[in-house]
Amino acid sequence: MSFRLSYRADPGNPWFSWQYVRDNSDTILAAVREHASLTGRAVLIAVLIALPLSVLAYWVRPLAGPILAVSGVVYTIPSLALFAFIAPYLGTGATTVLVGLVLYALLLIVRNVVAGLNQVPPEVREAAEGMGYGRWRRLFRIDLPLALPGIVTGVRLATVSTVALVTVGVLVGHGGLGQLIFAGFQNNLYKAEIMTAALLCVALAVVLDLLLILVARLVTPWSTRRAR
Amino acid sequence: MTVAANPIGQAITWINDPLNWTNPGGMLDRLGEHLTISALAVALGCLVAWPLGLWLGHLGRGGGLVVLISNATLAIPTLALLTILPVVFASGFGKTPVVVALAVFAVPPLLANAYTGVRQVDPEARDAARGMGLSSAQLLRRVELPLAVPYLAAGFRTAAVQVIATAALASFVNGGGLGQIIRTGFGIGIAAGGGQIVAGGVLVAGLALLAEVVLGGVERLVTPKPLRRGRQRLGRPRAADATGSA
Repeated sequence: MSFRLSYRADPGNPWFSWQYVRDNSDTILAAVREHASLTGRAVLIAVLIALPLSVLAYWVRPLAGPILAVSGVVYTIPSLALFAFIAPYLGTGATTVLVGLVLYALLLIVRNVVAGLNQVPPEVREAAEGMGYGRWRRLFRIDLPLALPGIVTGVRLATVSTVALVTVGVLVGHGGLGQLIFAGFQNNLYKAEIMTAALLCVALAVVLDLLLILVARLVTPWSTRRAR
Repeated sequence: MTVAANPIGQAITWINDPLNWTNPGGMLDRLGEHLTISALAVALGCLVAWPLGLWLGHLGRGGGLVVLISNATLAIPTLALLTILPVVFASGFGKTPVVVALAVFAVPPLLANAYTGVRQVDPEARDAARGMGLSSAQLLRRVELPLAVPYLAAGFRTAAVQVIATAALASFVNGGGLGQIIRTGFGIGIAAGGGQIVAGGVLVAGLALLAEVVLGGVERLVTPKPLRRGRQRLGRPRAADATGSA
């Protein structure tokens, strides 16, 4: 995706310029859309992989250590290096960015879901077994609902850090708002462009985080009731 | 979409070329830049975050502020800070803006762990010290600070690894470092530069993992044995877990 830039800047290279926002609204919207879509897809795929992985680590205890260790090592690899490993195989497309983002989000979610599952009180687990709950029924009726706070924490952390991480996708030309930040840098430090994109990045993270808090309230009504 | 033919083979060839090590802008140069930038940034971060975190922990106030700072920096894209700071400093593109930008990302883990380190000190130890007639400053220096050392070390490790990882992005603003090797590879194009890209990735990732392992060892060394096991059993999440990576 290449972005056009209308360069009718206010004189004096100000930090913020409505002129810039008005002239480039299409470009900005396209960047926000790419940013949000990359974030959404990455977190969604990460959740779909992380949940079964966490349940596996929860059921088969010997696997918990290796699963957390491997995802921990992946998490330590700097984003630039990770993209550098993926790009020669997948090319310079959005897929490269997506795969990298998923790998990072994975650890944050797995770690928190496993912690959430481990927090299920043993008495509750035994009571469910005593009531004749099988393994799967216990998972869906008891373990996962009680682990929801952990799941939500993981997804929130993953979402916020993914929003920030998308910008590194500039390396392969799919960095969402990062494209604007980098273009502003190359464009003789066009402050208004850098600032607008950076603020939108932070705003996107905050909005998505608030949305997730709202969703969490809706799916765990008991947690707010207790808090009150 | 172009895809490299045999990136790993190319990478081995690239790494085996001695010129790629010793040329100006070769691996050794870039490694030196990377380590210098990272060391300065972590030092600056410690200088700011440790006194503040210890002091807030000593007062027992500002826990909300610590959390707020951690969360806020998690949402700020590294790239934005790296591009904005050169403008603020208006000093062109020397090392200073890059170092300051990286230090900003070192502060949250350092601050959070310094704060937690002082807060977790047993209130009875604190009371005993007060009863022995220690002043507030003496209490902080002789009781709380030594007991917080394992936490300081944990924060240091997290911060250092994160800074080393983030320093790779300095290449976007022509700040040097090992990331520059990857960027140059992309500049050549994936088909021809695939080997260099992967080689750069291996160097950056290797350095980050090495720092993690070495500093993890240091953390274990400065943590007294009983505390090591105690922390394991409690399963206390590391403050580091809350802060993202670059």
